[in-house]
Amino acid sequence: MISGVDQGDMVRPRRRLRILSTEKHLSSGLSWLLLSPVLLIYAIIFVFPISVIVFQSVFDPVFTLDNYRMIVSESLFLKVVWRTVWISFIVAVVCLFLGYPVAALMAKVRGKWAAAAIAASVLIPLWLSVLVRSYAWVVLLSKNGLITSALRDVGLISKSTRIIFTDFSVVLAMSHVLLPFMILPLYASLSSISDDYAKAAESLGARPTMTFFAVTLPLSAPGIYSGLVLVFVVSLGFFVTPQLVGGPNSMLAAMLISREATYGNNWGLASALSVTLFIAAILVVALFGRLANFSQPKQEKAQ
Amino acid sequence: MQENRIGQPLRLLDLDKYFGSIRAADKVNLDVGPGEFITLLGPSGSGKTTVLLSIAGFLEPTNGDILLGGRSIVDLPAYKRNIGMVFQRYALFPHMTVEQNVAFPLRMRGWTTEQKREAVNETLQKVQLEHLSSRMPGQLSGGQQQRVALARAIVFSPPLLLMDEPLGALDKKLRETLQFEIKALQKNLGITVLFVTHDQGEALAMSDRIAVMNGGRIEQIGTPEDLYSYPRTQFVADFIGDSNFLKGVVESVEEGTSYACVNIEGSPIRARVDHSQIKNLRVGDTAKLMIRPENIQVDEPTGPKAIVRGSISAASFAGSHKNAIVSCAGDNILLRLSLLSNAIAQSVEVGDQIGLYWEPEHAAIFPMERGDQQ
Repeated sequence: MISGVDQGDMVRPRRRLRILSTEKHLSSGLSWLLLSPVLLIYAIIFVFPISVIVFQSVFDPVFTLDNYRMIVSESLFLKVVWRTVWISFIVAVVCLFLGYPVAALMAKVRGKWAAAAIAASVLIPLWLSVLVRSYAWVVLLSKNGLITSALRDVGLISKSTRIIFTDFSVVLAMSHVLLPFMILPLYASLSSISDDYAKAAESLGARPTMTFFAVTLPLSAPGIYSGLVLVFVVSLGFFVTPQLVGGPNSMLAAMLISREATYGNNWGLASALSVTLFIAAILVVALFGRLANFSQPKQEKAQ
Repeated sequence: MQENRIGQPLRLLDLDKYFGSIRAADKVNLDVGPGEFITLLGPSGSGKTTVLLSIAGFLEPTNGDILLGGRSIVDLPAYKRNIGMVFQRYALFPHMTVEQNVAFPLRMRGWTTEQKREAVNETLQKVQLEHLSSRMPGQLSGGQQQRVALARAIVFSPPLLLMDEPLGALDKKLRETLQFEIKALQKNLGITVLFVTHDQGEALAMSDRIAVMNGGRIEQIGTPEDLYSYPRTQFVADFIGDSNFLKGVVESVEEGTSYACVNIEGSPIRARVDHSQIKNLRVGDTAKLMIRPENIQVDEPTGPKAIVRGSISAASFAGSHKNAIVSCAGDNILLRLSLLSNAIAQSVEVGDQIGLYWEPEHAAIFPMERGDQQ
């Protein structure tokens, strides 16, 4: 019989912040002092502008909640914020479904050229200007564009059906533009999973599909989470693509904020909209985090 | 799927695996009895892992057949082979508890919750880990992870258990404890085990039989005692245990008795030759004489028994015995002198002239192999 629990190596050292692997721990005062230049830069480029926006949204010039009252009472504003969150969510999910197989293939292929070819086809679009890629969709989807006329010719859509300037075209174009932001974190996550797990699952009787759902998918949860958050957050503030392919009926928050700030010259309202969007983003990211936590049980509980 | 009974016989028939033009496995034939613990032993690149992965279903052999419990499994995918496997790095699912890990193969086989709980508890008891069933693998020590991996691989009573260097990642002391424990568990359950390692000490300690592999082939199969005392080739003699090799010229070959005589520095020395090697040995050829360090006795250099003579170039005390190196005709000979042996052995010092002798049946003569310097 197997006997004796090896108590000796049961206690693992907990990770601590170490600098240059010296054994000594820095005092917290010194740590903060060393971190202060970075903290200062963060304060200047993040905390200050956000504070200005929050300030602008509630002072005009005295304290008022008029801007927020306007957003809540005017159905257009709430509708646009809601549509922005919803479309960003759809785009993130579409990217997940389109990106996962590509990332899995990238992580799986052996041989330099195959991997390089896939990586290039993911990365090269990323280097092209968003404007160029969005205009390409305008050309393809417009009334006499390649896709629209082809679908019309084979009779899949009627003469009056319009593809461009719809929510569908916005999701399509945004998913295309943001796909690399999903593939890269997914690839990083998938390529760090050892082949042994899938082999172990198979040797224990799991079919390939079962192996995927029971082992590979849960182990890639951190990549799924980062990909979803990245695509979702970038979508929330996306301006160029929805502006070009999304016409006035599928207006997103960034377009609305831009309109209020530049044409309406209403900086207070634009700021309040930004803050609303910011809060919505935090809520959804927290929700994603919750979901990721459910599928990934806590690794380091107290012993 | 096969009959779900622990401890089935395994047969490999002319198993070949080529990677391009490289023969990773070359006509491997192996017969493993039910409940037998057999080890594939060899250096890295000897083909032992190729054979293991072919049996597990992760490599498709180029030619040959694999029979488990009398049925060919060579065309089955890995997930239908019903073989337990312990991986070198355990491969415990990090997102599942110990209990969920061990229950995984049962879940795949559609067992009920009740059946699963019972089997998992029983198996965790066998490896004495039932108190850790709700832990995550990341919270366990290496030895504990090893036991969980073992429990997961045997919980479904597989007809065969494959173990791929399962103790390689552990420290020496823990490794030795686990060797005995795994061996005891295997005997107790009557499970057929195919164990792969490059550690000859591990192989000698655990196996019923060992198959020594070299260059994709099995060089020799036998019990640990057999391989140690009667190595058939120079490779096996060299790989298992410590051995001394002395170069000499073949003087005579006695076909009937499987003995031969080599001349080393003018003195004729008689020693065994394996029957499979006797036809490769010709009078006048250079050959190698092998003798284990513990079989060498010492005498005065002029003593009547001395076969070869030399001077001690190094000596060290090792607790139960003394190690000494004797320079002799350009070769270094390692001696392992029991502290109970004669007075000369007790008092050897560096620089002493010394005579060595041994019984002819303890020495073996091998023909030169390719790669040996002439």
